[in-house]
Amino acid sequence: MKFLVCISNVPDTTTKITFTPDNKEFNKAGVQFVINPWDEYALTRAIELKEAQGSGTVTVINVGEADTEPNIRKALAIGADDAIRVNAKPTDAFFVAEQIASVAKEGAYDVILMGKESIDYNGFQVHGMVGELLGIPTVAPAMKLDMSGNTATLEREIEGGKEIVEVNTPFVASCQQPMCEPRIPNMRGIMTARTKPLKVVGPVGSGARTEVAEYALPPKKQGVKLIPAESAGELIKLLRNEAKVI
Amino acid sequence: MSVLVVVECDNGEVKKSSLEVASYGSQVAQLLGTTATAIAVGVATEANLAQLGEQGISNVLYDAEPRLKDFVNGAYTKLIAAAAEKEQAQVIVLANSNIGAAVGSRLSIRLKASLATNVVELPKVDGGKFTVRRGAYSGKALADVVLTGDRKIIAVKKNSIEALHNAGQTATVEQFSAQLSDADFADAPKQVVMQEQAGGVLLPEADKVVSGGRGMKGPEHWSLIEDLAKALHAATACSKPVSDADWRPHHEHVGQTGITVSPNLYIACGISGAIQHLAGVNSSKVIVVINKDPEAPFFKAADYGIVGDVFDVLPKLTQAVKELG
Ligand SMILES: Cc1cc2nc3c(=O)[nH]c(=O)nc-3n(C[C@H](O)[C@H](O)[C@H](O)COP(=O)(O)OP(=O)(O)OC[C@H]3O[C@@H](n4cnc5c(N)ncnc54)[C@H](O)[C@@H]3O)c2cc1C
Ligand SMILES: Cc1cc2nc3c(=O)[nH]c(=O)nc-3n(C[C@H](O)[C@H](O)[C@H](O)COP(=O)(O)OP(=O)(O)OC[C@H]3O[C@@H](n4cnc5c(N)ncnc54)[C@H](O)[C@@H]3O)c2cc1C
Repeated sequence: MKFLVCISNVPDTTTKITFTPDNKEFNKAGVQFVINPWDEYALTRAIELKEAQGSGTVTVINVGEADTEPNIRKALAIGADDAIRVNAKPTDAFFVAEQIASVAKEGAYDVILMGKESIDYNGFQVHGMVGELLGIPTVAPAMKLDMSGNTATLEREIEGGKEIVEVNTPFVASCQQPMCEPRIPNMRGIMTARTKPLKVVGPVGSGARTEVAEYALPPKKQGVKLIPAESAGELIKLLRNEAKVI
Repeated sequence: MSVLVVVECDNGEVKKSSLEVASYGSQVAQLLGTTATAIAVGVATEANLAQLGEQGISNVLYDAEPRLKDFVNGAYTKLIAAAAEKEQAQVIVLANSNIGAAVGSRLSIRLKASLATNVVELPKVDGGKFTVRRGAYSGKALADVVLTGDRKIIAVKKNSIEALHNAGQTATVEQFSAQLSDADFADAPKQVVMQEQAGGVLLPEADKVVSGGRGMKGPEHWSLIEDLAKALHAATACSKPVSDADWRPHHEHVGQTGITVSPNLYIACGISGAIQHLAGVNSSKVIVVINKDPEAPFFKAADYGIVGDVFDVLPKLTQAVKELG
């Protein structure tokens, strides 16, 4: 079975967010980029399923410029077989989805896995777009994924519960915990990753449908008002009379 | 040209987040000089749908097809697309929920629309330019995004828009059929499992949340959290290590790798306030922190704080809420 795993290159979760002086772009200076944490679930689960099936391939795809390659190599070190980088600045979810759909179609992948959402842009939309572009079902966000032949059984999170969903290949799923325990690269993986194929292709499609005009930081908090522990009940009065939230 | 809002119903009632969505949609319609129609999904009653007039909706479309009771991606997408065509909708507004995201992303392709999720404010419309403000970088930033397509789909973040209540206004309710066939239900769930919600309040919909971290010391102490939650009609939540240790179920875990909540009130008990935890709660309106360590980073993100022992403070708070009546 052919797995395609989408990985997004995002600032590390502890990054302090700042912007360029015109507030039009995220300031990358000194920032450590990582594989989007959710995408690690997609990658590890694809590798586990391939291993269980005893055959098949796991290909990772990233839409990004050359500076994403260290994280693509990391995905190869974790256990993907090969990689495709669509050489373009990922300007919005639609643009990214068109690239993924095009590669998925050309390579006739059976299972397309991605993360629940990218922690930079928090779109939570690429999965549905890719599914619709390819005319195949999407299950998002999935907490569990098992396969038997061409049929997948997934648990999809809904507000306040879950659904058990069955789909046949090809399909798209976006992954989140507790799907698996994400793997980290070992020494042998890091060595072999260097020589695994990483193909660079040009972008396709009609371009973005949204434009960021400006970024801003959220309004600063006033500072904390401390209430002595002895008179904890006072807090409840403040919440009613001052903050007016209860 | 009109505005279409997607209203999610549960057990006959319109979800709170959908009242916000309806209010958002009717205000966009006003900006554009048109009217707002709703399409309802899930189990609804005619009386509750008519009440959407209070949120400024003039007409509600409802397809009584019984298989639409539970979420089915294919069928919901087709239904809403058909309603959008009928209404010639230029703007479609839905909730930034798991349903809204699943349907909105597919619709954006089918209707060739620009899509913005996680939207926190009403749009700015300046001539032909349509700009929305959305949350990005896990709540650490806001982005003003121009939707360049002719058609626009907006997914509104919960608790960021005040629901309108124009008492006495009612909407007309119109039966609507998208002529759905068996094929549209091919991806229907085999089974739906709802979780027991502590106190009956659904965490993603809650406007008050009481949350516990490792400082609670063990699952046997959770009644302290639950008692306060119950008194406040709040939902309960927890930090990641707490759900990792199985003290609490995974669906209560908030943060960067859990769910994101934006209630009016978030009370953090024995949680240090790691950046990954804050990412899931930092857009809450009012944050209260109870921690015995005055240096806990959470105090920097808090509006109110008590430096103290949760085992001493929580019962006092519950008592004080009960005394409020
Ligand atoms: C310098 C720079 C500037 C950017 N500016 C913008 C901007 O102005 N506007 C904007 O919308 N986005 C911008 N992005 C792109 C952003 O990083 C996302 O890749 C893209 O917008 C999709 O994000 P999303 O949150 O909608 O995806 P989601 O729908 O949340 O992502 C779901 C999943 O899709 C996959 N995925 C997402 N992005 C990619 C990718 N690039 N390659 C492969 N798989 C992916 C991942 O598996 C992810 O978990 C920029 C990125 C960079 C590096
Ligand atoms: C990639 C990544 C993703 C992550 N995602 C998440 C996420 O989504 N959500 C999340 O929560 N975490 C996440 N984490 C983990 C996060 O970094 C922290 O480790 C975690 O939030 C800490 O949980 P805690 O505050 O419950 O525990 P601790 O950090 O151990 O804090 C316990 C606090 O309780 C206080 N305390 C102890 N006893 C008492 C008492 N009797 N009374 C009052 N206070 C007391 C202590 O002073 C301390 O501040 C993530 C980490 C990584 C690396």
